[in-house]
Formats: sequence, structure tokens, C-alpha cells
Amino acid sequence: MATIKVNGQQRDVSGIPSDTPLLWVLRDHLGLTGTKYGCGVSECGACTVHIDGEAAQSCVTAISDIGDASIVTIEGLSENGDHPVQQAWKAHNVPQCGYCQVGQMMTCAAMLAANPNPNDDEINDGMWNICRCGTYNRIRDAVKTAAKEMR
Amino acid sequence: MSNSLQHTTLRQWIENARRETAIDPGPTSRVARRDFLKGIAAGSLVILTAKNGDTIAARADDLGTDDSLSPSLFVAIEPDGTVKILAHRSEMGTGIRTALPRVLADELGADWNKVVIVQAKGDRRLGDQNTDGSNSIRFFYKTMRVAGATARTMLEQAAANQWGVNATEVSTNNHTVYLNGVKKKLEFHQLVEDAIKLRTPEPADLRFKSPNDFQYIGKKFPIADLDDILTGKAEFGIDARIDGQAFAVIARCPVVGGVVESYDAETAKAIPGVIDTIELPRFQGAPLFQQLGGIAVIAESTWAAWKGRDALKIIWQEGPNADYDTDKFITTLKDTVKANGQVMRNQGDAVTAIADADRKVSATYSVPHLSHAPMETTCAVADVKTNEAGDVLSCYLKAATQNPQAVQQAVGPALGIPNDQVHCDVTLLGAGFGRKSKPDYCVEAARLSRILKRPVHVTWTREDDFRHDYFHTISAVHCEAGLDTHGKPTGWLMRAAYPTIASTFAPGADAPATWEAEMGLTDLPYDVPNVRVEVGKAKAHTRIGWLRAVCHIFQNFAVSSFADELAHAAKADPFKFLLNTLGDDRHLDLAALKLGNRGADPKEYPYDIGRLKNVLTRAANNSSWERHAQLPKGKGMGIACCRSFLGYTGHVVEVSVSQEGVVSVENVWCSIDSGTIVSLDRVHAQVEGATIMGISQAMYGEMPMKNGRAIHSNFDGFQVAKMIDAPKAIHVDIVKNDAAPGGVGETGIGSFAPALCNAIFAATGKRIRDLPIKNHDLSWS
Repeated sequence: MATIKVNGQQRDVSGIPSDTPLLWVLRDHLGLTGTKYGCGVSECGACTVHIDGEAAQSCVTAISDIGDASIVTIEGLSENGDHPVQQAWKAHNVPQCGYCQVGQMMTCAAMLAANPNPNDDEINDGMWNICRCGTYNRIRDAVKTAAKEMR
Repeated sequence: MSNSLQHTTLRQWIENARRETAIDPGPTSRVARRDFLKGIAAGSLVILTAKNGDTIAARADDLGTDDSLSPSLFVAIEPDGTVKILAHRSEMGTGIRTALPRVLADELGADWNKVVIVQAKGDRRLGDQNTDGSNSIRFFYKTMRVAGATARTMLEQAAANQWGVNATEVSTNNHTVYLNGVKKKLEFHQLVEDAIKLRTPEPADLRFKSPNDFQYIGKKFPIADLDDILTGKAEFGIDARIDGQAFAVIARCPVVGGVVESYDAETAKAIPGVIDTIELPRFQGAPLFQQLGGIAVIAESTWAAWKGRDALKIIWQEGPNADYDTDKFITTLKDTVKANGQVMRNQGDAVTAIADADRKVSATYSVPHLSHAPMETTCAVADVKTNEAGDVLSCYLKAATQNPQAVQQAVGPALGIPNDQVHCDVTLLGAGFGRKSKPDYCVEAARLSRILKRPVHVTWTREDDFRHDYFHTISAVHCEAGLDTHGKPTGWLMRAAYPTIASTFAPGADAPATWEAEMGLTDLPYDVPNVRVEVGKAKAHTRIGWLRAVCHIFQNFAVSSFADELAHAAKADPFKFLLNTLGDDRHLDLAALKLGNRGADPKEYPYDIGRLKNVLTRAANNSSWERHAQLPKGKGMGIACCRSFLGYTGHVVEVSVSQEGVVSVENVWCSIDSGTIVSLDRVHAQVEGATIMGISQAMYGEMPMKNGRAIHSNFDGFQVAKMIDAPKAIHVDIVKNDAAPGGVGETGIGSFAPALCNAIFAATGKRIRDLPIKNHDLSWS
């Protein structure tokens, strides 16, 4: 595979072994370190990106599986950090250490694109990413604020 | 353990341990240390730079320049008015990187929009940098205020000189000095040049802001890194890059103390991208913060290094800890606490009082090993330059560390250079919880960089993080008490046994230390005439480390669960029982009880039973506690309180337990009194976070070990709380109190788990004495 499409640009990935997870290609080869490593086995959600608009865990997605799909990372979620989800996270002062929040926001943005008005159960199910600082209650509030803004 | 060791603090332990391996750095820097304020707390020292008339030599990378006003290492005001403030504590989610600079900026009268925060390197001139123990505000609140007031006083004097008035006739606000009562003003940038020439004021000459005038302190404000975090630009340890760096993943023996017998370097090197394999020696003596040892695989990317690591086919010599089995060990601990141990506190005659009591109650509690599991694993990049003979010329690291001075103290001896020649920048931390104050991973990076002659970034995989943690200890606590005919406790006896953190620093340390027992056990606040506390021996078979809230996790769990058991035995309302048993408002006589106080002066930080009763009462009132008796089966409310890290918490937890036994935490009320608060919203956030961490620990937390190995290696095995476990609401109530600032980060943990288990008992009649809750059948009909 010669290139993959990331944040609207074709990026050269030639020479990278095809079994390499997208996570490490983004971080170590393309310099896009906003996407985080948390578990490597799709248990925590820290590495969540969008692949053709759907939330996907880049730690378990080999680059050989990407083909011509379009990848969006936090660096491409919005031009000026003003996606409604980012704004809602800001309004609620959600982050503590902040490490998992990129994945949380990517999960949220994809969820709201598919379901603009999630109820509490749907938020509990959809927002499964782990946050060890314990920001879940603020995330829940921020999801609702973002949903309102996006409707 | 000898008696003298029993009475050292954790800090002394670590310092002593380091001294054994430290290299004499030669003459120390001349540091000006003067107490500026009466009653100033330990660590609250301002250090002045030489060019402003004091004694320490400035360094090229200090904030101050020849053109800036810099009466302290912590602040420099540039000719254009920009205020640079040094953040010398590590940001791991508490907001400290913003909070302490806000204190300085407030006292200075600075406009926050003109403030630039600069993260400090490891630098012992700055005082304590170990961002741990909920100490940051407590240690440095006054330091920041003095530094701000000193610079402001110089600016005000410069303005007064220009106007030909006395400095008492001017005041400062928002980066501007005003002549009182007259429409005259001068902005900071207009005053810097003159202020530099002035003598640094004496402490007695400083005027401090009245709390009524605080602009930033005690207010709600966003963290300085918020935008960077939300756009993915924030730099964590895993993101740190040095040009030309290689990536390392390391195979370490799954049993602490084991060494490599054989491995297959060639297969690993055949993986595309792998550069080399390097053997790291095992630590010598106690583990300290040395590397565990093993085989490092160095590659051009993290993934290539990881694949190389997995191809090593290592055979280990596992050593004497290979028999460690926590199922057996917990039984041993429970046996240990059946017998008498070493007495740590003794008032009256608890044994006789219990024997003679109208009613006797006893229970034994246990809590398993826990992992820290910060979302970012431990990571650091090091660049060690050597000459042709292999001598180290320089050493630079960027690390997610809670303690850059510990990095210096660990890396210096590992490379054979003075500690002060280890330069360590601090990135943001993807949380820490105590794990990242132990810089073994920085030692690994530095050793590898030296050998490879190239910058090396060490990434711990999540499996590494779980398998090779400095684990929270494993414990048993036995409680006995006697009640009189009125249901009042007359005697209270406790025995605890757990491997001590001290074992990580001194081989052979095999019993809880006094400073560990003082976290919730020997500092029992209840007004009981006869009290006896003992500890028993317990040998460590893995690296034991401190985790957020440390011994409060299990000692307050035991004490506050047992208090609830006593209330039920006395057929009393648990809230009223706690309130009555706490007794009159008073200060515990810490000296008479031979109790430490985390190094704090009891005059400034008394153990105040009145404050403890107050947070307990507020939590009860906020939760409408009187409802508890009317709740149907399957629903329950539990209550607990404690003093930890010099702060006070009262918790009420409301749960529902389905007939199938599924626990839902519905509501949590926490009242916290930690004295002076700097960052209101972050204190809220810390209590919210402590609640979620408390749920993780109580509901799911356990790291079993078999054959010396940690059983779980990822979040599928070591379960933690997720969104679905979060309460419907966490009601945080912060007591307004201008008392000296206590702890916050860890303070919110101690009384949560017992309040939760007390609520489960109220809902189901089932008493949880062995955490975690997930191992119990809570179904009912």
C-alpha cells in the first residue's frame, strides 16, 4: 500500500509493514500524535478515529485493511478546534489529565452523527471509552450539550 | 524492621535509599533560604536569583534575564510586560500547572491573559517537585504568594518613585499600578526597567492581598492546557520526540527479581524496522527506582519494537518470588491478624474492655493488590551523549514524570554522573496516580540511549504496565470492639498486616511502617476510652508502591465498615452513631497519641474532630439522610467519613441492588473540607474523579498473582469503571474555610468505598468484607 487518506490528504505509507496498526502509523510515521495508545486491544477507546465516518479503534486496524477509506483523526475533526463536541467538552471543562479525551470526543462525534438525540442508556452504551481520571459525569453532560448544538 | 526504621517517614525512606546509590555532586548550589512569613510551612521557601542581590547563581535557562524583573525563580516580568511563571509541579489531571501560577498571578496583580506558564525542569533549587501526596497547594501556596507579592512590591515602589509618593499610596490591579484617588496609572511594562534596579524587599515589608480581593484564588477557571488537549496538540510523555530517536519496547521478567537465562536476538532482529536488542541488567539490592532488567528491542517505530520484543523467546530464571500466590497470601495475612502484633497505639486496656463488654463485635476485612493503570502508560525519551571512551557528556530526558528530581536521582547513579547533570523536562502526564513518581522507565531510556548512542523513547505497553507495576499492597485488617448496654463502644482493637512500601526501598522491610498505619488506622478519630492498634509482619513478593490514597484505601475501608457494623449491632442510626462516637468537638492530641501529621505542624493542621463531624453532617443533610430508613429492599444508603491527607470528607452513597445482584450507584454526596481552595472547579473535578476511582477500586479492583506473576495484563482482565458505572449524580459540597490548605486529590477516596459497602448492606443485608464487590453474590429475593 502506497498511500492512505488521512484528514483529506493522501499520505505516503510505502515501506511500512502491512500488519502495522493504523495507530502506530499515525503516531510514529505520520507524526499525528493526537491519537493515543491506551491498551492495544480495543478495550479502552483511547485510539478511536473515524474511518469513513464511523468510530474505529486504530490500535486493532491494520493499514492493509484501510484501502481507500477516509480517515479522520482529532487533528482533522475541525479546522479550529471548534467542532460542537470540542466546544461542549470545553464548556463543561471535561478533561482532567486529558489523555483519553481525544478518543472520547471521536467516539462522541461519530455517535452523534448517527444518533443526534441519544438518551442516557444510549450514551452509557455508546460512550464506552475508559477514563481513569473519572470524568464520566461531565462527559455525559457534554454529550448532551453537543447533541443540542448539532441538532 | 527496626524501631528506628518504623519512625521514618516515606520521604525519609526514599531519601535514605537514594543516598546509598547517589554520587556526590560536589559543592551544592548556594541556595538562599529564608522564612519570609511567620508560620510559613515547610517547603514554602522563596529562592532569589543572584542578580537581584541574593546568593544563588542564575542559570541560562532560568526565567529571568538581564532585562526582566525576576526576584524569584518562579517569576519573571519581561520588558514588554509579559509575566512568565514557572510551574514546577507535574500536571497529571489535577490542574496544578494552572492553579499554582494563578496564586502567584493573583498576588502579583497580573492580567492572566499576559501570563505565560513555563514548565520547570527537575531542579532542586525549586524545592519539592514530587507531585504526590496531595501536597502541591499545601507546600507552595505561600511560596507563590510571597513570590507574587515581592515582584508587585518592587513594581509599586518603582511607580511610587516616579510619582514621588510613598508606596503605601499606590495599588495594583490587572497589570497596572494606580495612584490611589488620582487618575494616574502605570502599566507593568512601563515599570520593569526601574523595578529591576530596586533592592528586593524584606519579607516584613511585603503587603499581601486580603482574601476578599482575590481575583483568581478560590474561583472557577479553566486549565491552561484545555485547548491543546481538545485539539490533540498537548504533548504527553508518549508523544515526546527528540530528533533521531529510536523506539524501545522491553521484555522484563514477569516475576520481580528474575533474570534472563537465554533469548533469541536474531529472530527479533529479523523483524523489519528492528535496529538492535540490548540486555539491561537487573536492579541491585532493593528495587528502588532502578530498572527491572530484561531485553530491550530497539526499532524505528513502536510497533516494530513491540513485534521484535514478542519474538525474543526468552527463558527466565525467575528467582525466589516465583512462588507468590495471592490466594494463599491473603489467607496468611488473615491468620497473621488473628494473633498479637507490634503495638502501634495503646490507650487504656482495649482487650479487657472488649472482654468485659455487654456486646462484642468482630470482623476481618481484606483488599487485594491494585494497579495504577493511568491511561497513558509510563513513557520517556532520553538523549545521552558520550565521548569515544564511552564517558557520559550530557543527559537529557523528556518524561511523563510526577517527580523530575527523582528522575535525576535515579538516572545520575545509573549513568555515573552527578544528579544535577541530568536534565529532565516534564511533559503532561496521561494521569499518574503515584505510578509516575517512580522513574524506573526513565532509567531504562537513559541506559539504552547511552548504549545505542542515539535518543531512545521507551514505551511501556499496557501489558507491561499491568505486569510490572509498583502494585498497591494487599492487606488484611481485623477489628474487634465491645459495646456497653447503651450501645456505646468501650474498647476498640485493630490488627493490620500488609507488605510495606518500605520494602521497595530496603530489603527485609517486612511490617507496616508508622506512616502507613497513620493513614486511617492508628489515627482512629472515634472517642473510645480503650483503643489498641497492632501491625503484623508481611513480606513483600513484588514491588509495592503508593497508589492514590495509599493506605486509606484499605484502612478506612475497614474502620468505616466496622463502625457501620457497630452501629447496626447497637441498633443505632449509622449517621447518629458516627456523630456520637466521634464525640465532642476537639483536636486529637497527636503528640500524646504519638501520631505523625504528614509532617505538618498540628497548630496549623490540627486533627479537628469538629471539622470531621461537620462534613459528615453536611453530607447527611445534603442527601436527606433521614430517607434511609424508609427505602425498600434493594435500595440503600451508606455513610462514612475520614480525615486523609489533611482534608476531611463525609460521604453518603445511595445504591440500588437488583434481585439478580447487580449494583448501581445511584447518587453520591461528598462534603469536603480541605481549608483554603485555589481552583474551585478542579476541586469539584477531583472529588468527581475520586468517586469514579473509588467505584473502580471497590467494585472491580484486584490484581491476583500466581507463580509470582500478575494475572491480568489488560483492561479486559483488570476491570475499571466505565460510563455505565458512573452514578446518576455526584453531589460535591466544598466547605468554605480559610484554614491552611490541605490535600484534595487523594482525600476524596477514603470514605467512598466503605459508604458504598455500607449502602449495599442496607440494601441487601449482605456485608462486604473482602473487596472487590464483583466477587460477591448480592442477589436477593
